[in-house]
Amino acid sequence: MIDRFLEMTSVMWRNRVRTALTSLSVAWGIFMLVLLLGFGKGLQNNVEYEFRDDATNSVWIYPGKTTKPFDGYPVGRRLGFTNRDHDAIAVGIEGVEHITSRFYPGGDLVRWGERDGSFEVRATHPDHKYLENTIIVGGRFLNDRDIDEKRKVAVVGREVVKQLFRGADPLGEWITVRGVLFRVVGVFEDTGGDDEEAMIYLPITTAQSAFAGGESVRQIMFTVGDASVEQTDAMTEEARLMLARRHHFSPEDTRAVRVRNNVERFAQVKQIFALLGGFVWIVGLGTVMAGIVGVSNIMLVSVKERTREIGIRKALGATPGSIVGMILTEALLLTGVSGYAGLVVGVASLEAINRFVPENDYIRSPDVDLGVAVAALGLLTVAGAIAGLVPAIRAASVDPIVALRDE
Amino acid sequence: MIRLSRINKYYQVGGHPLHVLKDLDLEVRTGEMVAIMGSSGSGKSTLLNILGILDAYDDGEYWLGDTLVKGLSERQAAAYRNRFLGFVFQSFHLLPFKNAVENVALPLYYQGINRRKRNAMAMDYLERVGLKDWAEHLPSEMSGGQKQRVAIARALVGQPRLILADEPTGALDSVTSHEIMDLLKDVNGQGITVVIVTHETDVAAECSRTVRLVDGQFEGVA
Repeated sequence: MIDRFLEMTSVMWRNRVRTALTSLSVAWGIFMLVLLLGFGKGLQNNVEYEFRDDATNSVWIYPGKTTKPFDGYPVGRRLGFTNRDHDAIAVGIEGVEHITSRFYPGGDLVRWGERDGSFEVRATHPDHKYLENTIIVGGRFLNDRDIDEKRKVAVVGREVVKQLFRGADPLGEWITVRGVLFRVVGVFEDTGGDDEEAMIYLPITTAQSAFAGGESVRQIMFTVGDASVEQTDAMTEEARLMLARRHHFSPEDTRAVRVRNNVERFAQVKQIFALLGGFVWIVGLGTVMAGIVGVSNIMLVSVKERTREIGIRKALGATPGSIVGMILTEALLLTGVSGYAGLVVGVASLEAINRFVPENDYIRSPDVDLGVAVAALGLLTVAGAIAGLVPAIRAASVDPIVALRDE
Repeated sequence: MIRLSRINKYYQVGGHPLHVLKDLDLEVRTGEMVAIMGSSGSGKSTLLNILGILDAYDDGEYWLGDTLVKGLSERQAAAYRNRFLGFVFQSFHLLPFKNAVENVALPLYYQGINRRKRNAMAMDYLERVGLKDWAEHLPSEMSGGQKQRVAIARALVGQPRLILADEPTGALDSVTSHEIMDLLKDVNGQGITVVIVTHETDVAAECSRTVRLVDGQFEGVA
């Protein structure tokens, strides 16, 4: 084995320029494949990052306007949801995991002592934290007793702490929202970034009674656990029909309530990226293929040039098998070593991009995982064998009589 | 050592069979040194290829020692060449990128002998042809006579039953030719059968017997 290896390396060394150029084409192919896969992964990471703000397994329902007459009601009636709709969905729809409604008190000027600032105010249920990926970093989020007892408490985002409190500890402080005092009980951060952190959450029941909201809610949102797209669609439809019964609109009237099905949206985006991923593989494999055709070609040339050598070897007792073995191992070595080099350089480049390219809106953490690297290596081995096959068979069929004929 | 009986060989030329060797009978005893002479087109190259198990014949029998050489697979033919035969060519056919000792050791590589052992054996045979000091030299650094000595060492290293030499002096001047013939006679003197294909009468004259091939048939077996 070592013998065979030394035989081969001596042959390759004799043709080192050619060997180097061929290696380069294979290395380049694998390098491009790794880079493409890494960038594909980066794009995908970025999209998943874009979805990070909200739970991807959530469904949002907003009231709309009727577009069909029904049950004696005219067209164009504006619907409104109430706490009872919320309760009906919470109890009546199988598979609802976390549910919250939202009510917007309106008027975004928030005061703390002498200071004031403009922040979005949302009144919600405690489960809201699951739908917005809200992370508590101090104190607590809203809880059920806040809802039941209509407590005047508020949970503020980090931007609020920064802008309104100038970094002071807000816990226990009183802030004024539309003239009503709320005590700050918690501070949160949000994976959605600064905008989502310039936000104040109030208990929905407190806000409804403090700001004359009555029972009304502006939207109902719930998560579906790990339900599939089909299951989620079914749940959504069930909720829509329930609302149709409760609000007397036609079940065919799809505009009466608006539904945002994040499960479906996320599944679609994931599908797009699966397609993109497949495309990236095809392009990458094409590049690798070009490299392999190059190897095959160069090996054919090499075999042709070495016809006499092969003839001599055969006359001295080389079996066809040993000739095939010689050429095949040469091809494998060539593709293996250069491909591995391409792989290493590719991975190193991705690491460098990760480290030195600033965060941007398009690519995030380009990366190849171990599985892909192993797959690429496996591919190389197969490719090497394929690249060597035709030249090897050609070499084995060299007729020593012809090869050794004196010109 | 060699027994050919009623060997026939045809080539297809433009759809018509060309009868190249016609009912050849030949016997070469162990330890003989035989010259095969013939003009070009006489079929002597074909005969040499058949003797060298590089080409197949159409009918008849070729016995090499007690082995019938007939209908071999490529793999078997390679094994027989490796174990039974040593080749010496007019243009030496050394591998240009290997030094003398590596060239001599090549047949042993195909016998599966490890590097150290085969290099030692190759050195031994280089010494016998008087080129021990040239072991590390590439063929391009050697004279024609030296190259042919290396080739002879390579032919001998596998301890063959038979040395087949195809115009072994064809590319050499007369002085060197003489030296090479002396070397081959020396080899023959050690009991190895030698068959030389040549068209030079003074080469043939050095052999113990000469057969002439004319139009695929032996003429006046001497």
